Formats: sequence, C-alpha cells, structure tokens
Amino acid sequence: MDDLLADFLTETHEGLVALDVALLRLEKAPDDKPTLSEIFRLVHTIKGTCGFLGLSRLERVAHAAENILGMYRDGVLAVTPAGISLVLRALDRIKEIVGKLETGGTEPVGDDVELISQLDAVAGGDGMFSEAEREAAFAAEPAPVAQAPVADTSARPLQETPAPPLPASNPVRSSVAKAATEPAPAPAPDEHTSGGRAPPQSIRVSVDVLEDLMMLVSELVLTRNQLMQLSRARSDGAYSVPLQRLSHITSDLQDGVMKTRMQPIGNAWAKMPRLVRDLSIELGKKIDLEMRGADTELDRQVLELIKDPLTHMVRNSGDHGLEGPEDRRRAGKSETGRITLNAYHEGGHILIEISDDGRGLSIERIKQKALSQGLASEAEIAGMSEGEIQRFIFRAGFSTAAAVTAVSGRGVGMDVVKTNVERIGGTIDVTSVEGRGTGFTIKIPLTLAIVSALIVEVAGERFAIPQIGVLELVRVGGGSGSRVERIKDAPVLRLRDRLLPLVSLGRVLGLDESSEPLDTAGDTGFVVVTQVGANVFGIIVDRLFDTEEIVVKPVAPILRHIGMFSGNTILGDGSVIMILDPNGIARVTGVVADGGGQRASDSKVASAVRSNEKTSLLLFRAGDDTPKAVPLGLIARLDDIPVEQIENSGGTPVVQYRGQLMPLLSMSGGFAPHDETRTRQTVLVFSEGERSLGIMVDAILDVVDEALSVQAGQGRPGFLGSAVVAGKVTDVIDTAWWLGQGGGDWFRPAASAVMTRRLLVVEDSAFFRELVVPALAAEGYEVVAVEGPAQALRLRERGELFDAIVSDIEMPEMDGYAFAREVRDNGAWQDLPMIALTGRVEPAAVARGRAAGFTDYVGKYDREALLGSLTECLAVPVAA
Amino acid sequence: MRTQTTTSAVTDADLFLTLTVAGQACGVPVLVVRDVLGPQVITRIPLAPPEVAGSLNLRGRIVTAVDLRRRLGLPSRPAEVQPMSIVVEMAGELYSMLADQVGEVVPLRQEDSAANPPTLDAVWREVSQGVHRRDGQLLIVLDVERVLAIGGGR
Repeated sequence: MDDLLADFLTETHEGLVALDVALLRLEKAPDDKPTLSEIFRLVHTIKGTCGFLGLSRLERVAHAAENILGMYRDGVLAVTPAGISLVLRALDRIKEIVGKLETGGTEPVGDDVELISQLDAVAGGDGMFSEAEREAAFAAEPAPVAQAPVADTSARPLQETPAPPLPASNPVRSSVAKAATEPAPAPAPDEHTSGGRAPPQSIRVSVDVLEDLMMLVSELVLTRNQLMQLSRARSDGAYSVPLQRLSHITSDLQDGVMKTRMQPIGNAWAKMPRLVRDLSIELGKKIDLEMRGADTELDRQVLELIKDPLTHMVRNSGDHGLEGPEDRRRAGKSETGRITLNAYHEGGHILIEISDDGRGLSIERIKQKALSQGLASEAEIAGMSEGEIQRFIFRAGFSTAAAVTAVSGRGVGMDVVKTNVERIGGTIDVTSVEGRGTGFTIKIPLTLAIVSALIVEVAGERFAIPQIGVLELVRVGGGSGSRVERIKDAPVLRLRDRLLPLVSLGRVLGLDESSEPLDTAGDTGFVVVTQVGANVFGIIVDRLFDTEEIVVKPVAPILRHIGMFSGNTILGDGSVIMILDPNGIARVTGVVADGGGQRASDSKVASAVRSNEKTSLLLFRAGDDTPKAVPLGLIARLDDIPVEQIENSGGTPVVQYRGQLMPLLSMSGGFAPHDETRTRQTVLVFSEGERSLGIMVDAILDVVDEALSVQAGQGRPGFLGSAVVAGKVTDVIDTAWWLGQGGGDWFRPAASAVMTRRLLVVEDSAFFRELVVPALAAEGYEVVAVEGPAQALRLRERGELFDAIVSDIEMPEMDGYAFAREVRDNGAWQDLPMIALTGRVEPAAVARGRAAGFTDYVGKYDREALLGSLTECLAVPVAA
Repeated sequence: MRTQTTTSAVTDADLFLTLTVAGQACGVPVLVVRDVLGPQVITRIPLAPPEVAGSLNLRGRIVTAVDLRRRLGLPSRPAEVQPMSIVVEMAGELYSMLADQVGEVVPLRQEDSAANPPTLDAVWREVSQGVHRRDGQLLIVLDVERVLAIGGGR
C-alpha cells in the first residue's frame, strides 16, 4: 500500500474516534463552541486529505457533512438530534469506506447520493454548494459502477487506484522530479523497503523501542553518576580507570540514542511534490515546487507535529496564493508559479519558510473581511500597519477566499496552523506584497531536542537557561567592577556604555518577594545577559553552575499556562529541573517587546519587502500606569537627579544644571517630591542650544524599535494619541506641547524677528507630521503639511507658493525621489529648495536624493539639522 | 466484607488501591496506578498551582506531583510524615498523587457503593466517584481525572 494511503488511514482512524466522542458531546451541549470548532476541523481535515488522495467518494460525503457543521458553527443552523444523527450516519459511511479501503487498497464502489442529498437537505443547500458542484456530485455516481472502481468527475486523472502508484520520477515537470528525489539520500527509513538494490542503509525501528532505549540510557547515566560519586569518596585507584571508560561509553551511548530522535525535515516534505502535482492538475495551474534544506534535522516529535500545518500551508499557497496561468501572464510573470520550501537552523531555532510568487495578500480584502466579521472596528483598522492587518489571516474563521471550494476557503486553515505551531512553542509570521507573493516563516524552538543549557541557582532552586540566548555572564556586586543600579524600581546594569534592563529571576518566579536583589554591596550575584529577538536584557541570578547538554521535555499540561518555562529536563545527577524560557520572561516582565513578531524575518525579508519604518522609542511611566513613549532622537539625555537638588522658582520646579536653571515639568500634574520615599528623580532632558528642559518621569521602562502607528487620541493636551508598543497600549507624548509648557519662548530663536517663511511638508505618517509641524511652527515658519506627493502637486497646480519643501522619502504611491524629479521637471516650484527627511541617512541614499533634485538630506528627528538646513537653504533671501 | 466478594467474580476493574489522606481513607482504581513509590526528591515548581508539589524523576520520565492534601483543601502534612507517591498515567503524562499512607489492594463491588452524600464537602464531591463502607470505615473512591483537573491546562 502507498505510504500516503497508509498514513491517511492511520490519521483518519484517529480522527473518526475523536469525532464520535465530540459529536456525542455536541448533542448534549449544542452551544459548545469549542466542540463545534473541533468537530468542524476534524471533518475538514478528513475531507481535505481525501481530496488529495483522489478518494472522491469519501470527499463528497465529508464535504456534505462539513456543510452542515459549518452552518452549525456559524450559528446559521440550530443543532438538532436529527442533524447530528445524519452527520453520524455520514461518519459511519466514511468508516465503512475507510474499512474497505484498508483491506482492498482502493475506494470501494458504492452510491452515496441518497445520503448526500439528505445532508444537503438539512444544510438547506443555499449557496454552500455551487450548482455545478452539486450536479457533478449527482452525475458522477452512476458512472464509476460500470467502469473503473474510481472514476473521477473532476479534471483529476489517474490517482490512487488501478494503475500502479506513480513513480515519483515521472511527473509533469522536471523540477518536481528534482524536488522529489532530493530527500532520497537522507535516511528515510520508510522509503526503500522493497527493491533489489544495495542492502538497505536504514531499518525501521518502532518508536516505542527508541523511547525505551532512551529511558534505559537515562537510568544508566544515573547509575554511572552514583558509581562515580562512590569512587571519588573512596579514592580507590583500582576502579577509577575502568570507571572512566564506562563513563565515556555511557556519554557516547546517550548521545547516540538522542540522535535517533532527530530526523531530516525532508521526511515531512516527501509528500509535497505529489501534493503539488495533484494540486496543479486539480486547479489548472502550473506550479513549481522548490525545496531547500531538506536535510535540516529536527526532533521526531516536532516533525510529526508540523507535518500537517506544512501540508496545509502548501495547499493554501497553491490554492489561494498562486494565480492561474492567464492571470500570471497578464501580470507579467512567468506562467509557472513557484512555491518554495526552505528550512534552516538559525540561532537555536529551526526556521521554515513557505513562500510563493503569487498574488499576495490583498490588504483591502482583509480589511473588509475583518470589518464584516467584526474582528476590528474601522478606527482600529485605520491605525494598523500592513503587517498587523495581514496577521488577521491567523484569526479563527477568517478566510478571504471568495468561493468555498473543496480545497480550502472555509476559514479553517491558518488559525489551525497557528495553533499547531504555537502548541510546540513556535511562532508564525507572514509577509506579503500584493502582486508579488506571500511568505510564511515558521520559527520552531528546539524545545524537544537536545540543547546546551546553563544551570543557574536562585533562592536555592536550580534552573536551566538555554545557552542559545545567552550572550555573556557578568558578575555583579561584592567589590567587582559592575554594580546593579536602579532607575526608580527598575534595576539596570551599565555594560559598556549600554543601559541593560534587568530582571530578577527570584522575583519573577515569586521565590523571593522581599529582598531587594543585590542592593547592598556585600551581596554578589550574576547577570545572565540574554538576547530575545533583537532585544537584550539581563537576568539576575544568585549562582552559576556548569553548562549541561539536556533533553528538553515538555512540561505537564497542568503547568503549561505558566509561560516562564519552555520545558523541563533531568540532569546528570537525576534531579528534575525546569528550563526557563527567556521569551516568556521577557514577555511577562515586559522588558522587551514580544519576540514573536516580525523579528524572525527581519534579516531576510526586510530587505526585499518594504517594511514600515521603525523608530527608536523610549518607553517610560509617568503619572498613571499607561506606558508613555517619546522618540529617542528627541531626547538629549536621561538624568537621575537627587530630589534635594530640586528647587522651586516661581511655582515651577527647577534644578541647577551647568550654571543654568533647568525647568522641570511633571506629567502627572503637580510635583511633590517629598510625599514618597523616592530620593532621586528621573528626568528626560531636552536641549536646545544652551538651554535645557526636563520632564520628570516615574520610571524608564525600555527602549524599543517599533513601527509606530499612532491612533488619534481624544484630544488630551500633551498627547498625540496612543499606539501599541511592545504589545501594550502606549500614550505617545506630544513633545512640542510639553516644551511649550516650559516657557513661551521655548525653541524660538531669540533674535528671529524675521519675515514669515512658508514651508510645505510632505509626509505620509501622521505621527511625523505632528512632530515636524509644531517644531517648525515654533521656529516661526508657516507650515502647510500634506499626506503625499499627490496632494502636494495639486497645491502646485492651484498655484500655491512656498519658500521651501520638506519631504519624506518613503511614501506609498509616489516616493520622495519621484516627487523631487516631478517638482524639478516643471512648474512653479522648480527652483525651490527641497529637503529630504528620512529615517536613514546613508551615503548611497543621499547621492540618490541629490540626483533626484533634493537640495539637502537630513535624518528624521534631527531637528537641529533640519532647522540648520532650512536656514542655510533660505539663507540668501533671509540675509537681505 | 471481603468474604462476600468470593461469591461473584472479581475483575481487575473492581480492585482498588487504598490510601490515606489526613486520616480519610480513599481508593483509586488499581488499573490506573502505574507505580507506588516511597518518599522522593521533589523539585519545586515556581508559579505552579498550589496543589502541584513539584516534579520528580521516575526512571527517566518526569512526573508531576500533586499533593492530595492541598488538592482536597486539607491541612498541610506534618513534617515527620513522609508522603507516598501513587503514580498514574493520564493522556500520556505521568502524575504522582502524594498521600500520607498507601494501604492494600482491595476489591470493592459496585453494589456496595453509595452515591455521594449531599452533605459531602464541595471539594470532595468534585473528585469523589462514590462512597464505600469498608471495615466500619467510609472509603471515598477518587476520580483520578478530576483530581488532576487543576491549573490552566484544562
């Protein structure tokens, strides 16, 4: 029997058993949504697999049952015992067919028309089934009786049945053949059991045997360790040499047995060429499949768990992602679409990329769908970045496929994939460019594999930290060079000019609530500098031990909600130890942004796809609990001022600073330094020439790089609005407003009684507009701001006149370069100074800007540079 | 009582392992029990639900220990009493239930069981499958699955 078929049978058996139980549960509690979803998914999976194996009878029965279940799930149809019985009958029929399939190897002949029509009657037949499909279903049945056991109705030719299984080397296109043979050199025990070739290099071993071996080896290791301890205590020379040998052999044995758990990912991909081939015939599309990194090894268990999600995603890419040959030609692409699978190790994770060069995700369609399904409000969507909108596809019940086809499009799919991936501690991300293709990146930590881990101790308990994320270890306190400092409550470590946020492991784990870690000079400890995604933070521990190779085992289900642990393991001495998950710690303590986001794809995809520009933001707390954010570039420095140095001048708190008085502003209203135990006050210092102004804050939280999308606030003075930063709603402060509070003449050149100059600011981001406009206005310029070049050019047509143009570079539709060329080419603005504002000032970009016609090029947020540049550009007329 | 059982055939399904938790006699079906262990080294798990005593190593497999006293809302075990571990398997995971004492395996017949008395404490009612009278003592049959239904995992 075909491997594929054998697997299908095993899977379907499991699914059917689960279905029986779930359906009966549903009958008792018809409103149980999770059960409904579960049932729906199970049937959907069975149907999907049948479709690809060419088991048309099964597929049709399952499809009809799924229609009803879909309506149950959507609440269109009430759950009735009669309906359930019918679905159960459909299941019985599926079981019957599957049973015969198992013994006979082919789908048995039979007539399901009656059952299907009954199912359809319950479903009401309204739109769930296209007319053509229905006709096909009815017309199909009589035919096969006369001829071959399975004659398919659709354009799906020889599949499973009478013909011998298609050898993989005989497909339609050569690239598929190449892909199919690729995994062969890898040890794939299920492949070559037959054949009179060379003696097989691999044999089948049951998983149970391996697990038993694993257990025995663990026992052996424990015994070995006990022996070693005994021998050390006795200092009996006679045993030490053979014991050493025993020890080495045991270690090697342990390694060897652990390796048996690892399998190349190519094993999971073996079915893909076939799947893609069938898909291409069924959908009438030309598809190339490229597979890279098939020999990337990962744990057997992980492999099993990602098989289905991968299959699902490849299917999705073929069905939704790629266009038909017609559309592709029209879009100027080659007729043959390409699906690429790529696997590689990176930073202790396995990354699997599934990409296609198809039509990409339609942002508009997703928006509409999200709106119509009530997943988000219009205002929320308006404030979302493209990436956030694309991530809607991972929501349950979300599908943009316009038609419900037999292949996919019912809204189970990506959410199932995401659930499965997350179940094994992985993350999934999507990047897509409309018209150019979609790429998914699955990042799976090696949770179930062997990792090297650092053993640490806190409050007398030992924990393992995977070495992968550990950058360095720093000894703190006790007269060593480094010392834990604190900005208000947040401990930090100054490490080579970098301020590192710290997390006390004991506190995070609730082991020592009381103690202030490492505050007193006598205490010593260690900081484990850890990297999560692009962010670095330190974990304070009491002691460090050795590193050990450990086998990560998943934690029991009743502990899985804790989120701080990626697993547990047994150490060489036989004790059980929890493995810390730096991601989880970071997430729970909020020291860094959620690592599950875009970062996985940063290195590769970002260069190809235009990502939203990122801004360094300083997060802090002041007044209430909502985190506040301010662009880091606007801040001159951070200061920690002793409270007793804060004085009062005319009702405003001030502090003497470099011989000048620096006014201090409070975000929470009044300033009352003595009502708390606080002895130092953290201040954000803004500078302008000789003058400085400070904003008092309660705590510095973090510095993050984020693509900001500010949603307009409720007009609270001092705030531009709110944005989601590091997974939390954050108030973005309006710096200009606060600076205005510091004194009327703030940021106004003292001797600038010049005539008003008119500036045009072209900037697509509302956030930047809000920042730049007030800053320029404060300088005495009259500023007109528009959202894009199109509006700017309309102003030109209307005959508006300006003295200079300040323009962003990266804008949708028309970018800054094109805009500059347009301005220079003709019209009244030909000779105006144009200043490019950009997030990145690179020589190449500057050169390109100048070539396009920009007069100058300055970095965003570099207010001084912008003002300087403006003064320079406008110097000639001003001088008059 | 034991003599009565000779009249009807005793299958494994009728056999129960008796155990004591804070003086209360309890029983669990013998079929679910994998191991009975003496006092073990148990690793504490921070942030775990209070009922979870920690985890222990059973021949290379990690077993999550649930303290029956805490699970049933009883006072903590005095320091001099070393808990016994009754290891059970559920959904492929091993769990150990910590009891004060483990007794013998006894047959309990369905006919002798009584439903939970309505006055039974809510925590007990949740985990009890029924009450048996045995040697003048009441023995509560524990539903292992419900005993282990704790934490955010389910």
